Amino acid sequence: MNVMYFAWVRERIGIPQEKVETQAVTVNDLIAELTAREDRYAAAFADTSALRVALDQELSDFDAPLAGVQEVAFFPPMTGG
Amino acid sequence: MQIRVQSEPFDAGAELNGFATGRTDVGAVVSFTGVVRDTDGNLQEMLIEHYPGMTQSAIAKIAQEAVDRWSLSDCLVIHRHGALKSGAPIMMVATAAAHRAAAFEAADFLMDYLKSRAPFWKKEITDQGADWVAAKDADENALDRW
Repeated sequence: MNVMYFAWVRERIGIPQEKVETQAVTVNDLIAELTAREDRYAAAFADTSALRVALDQELSDFDAPLAGVQEVAFFPPMTGG
Repeated sequence: MQIRVQSEPFDAGAELNGFATGRTDVGAVVSFTGVVRDTDGNLQEMLIEHYPGMTQSAIAKIAQEAVDRWSLSDCLVIHRHGALKSGAPIMMVATAAAHRAAAFEAADFLMDYLKSRAPFWKKEITDQGADWVAAKDADENALDRW
């Protein structure tokens, strides 16, 4: 799947997006996998209460299933307007 | 319903005139324009990042809810991204309805939702460095009134 990062999440991880091969069942499982990879992921995902997630461009929850999902995006709370 | 996500500047007055002109079915047009504010007098620029694949559809969903809920004749949302200087318009909303209460309320609703549910992130570049603007609890709590 395509995993995207925005704002300070992108800066902490150092890339805007990447292809990830994963068997993760939920968003939380994916975060656990990414966090185990490298410190920069652990730094970005240290406090998920400061993060939001979108699945296929719709806001979702961290316990949501990933089955069939093509695009996951992680970002801080939005500051539009 | 018109939704535009763009890096180019826009003329809020001209947009409002264009939006309001030629309508015979409405009694009220309300608009709001958000402007880059230099809070501490040292803002060099405001960088606005967005999620291109999601922005348009997220705004369309919010706008459609406003149209349905307040029976709007029409609404307009423009939101910029990229590097903006202080004083520059960031975004605007305009609503057209039969009566003013609906037009005002719908514009207020649109603003509250665009602030916290449209995928934009602001970063302030000042002479002290660069900082992402943190979302405020008050903005999130503002959604509860709808």
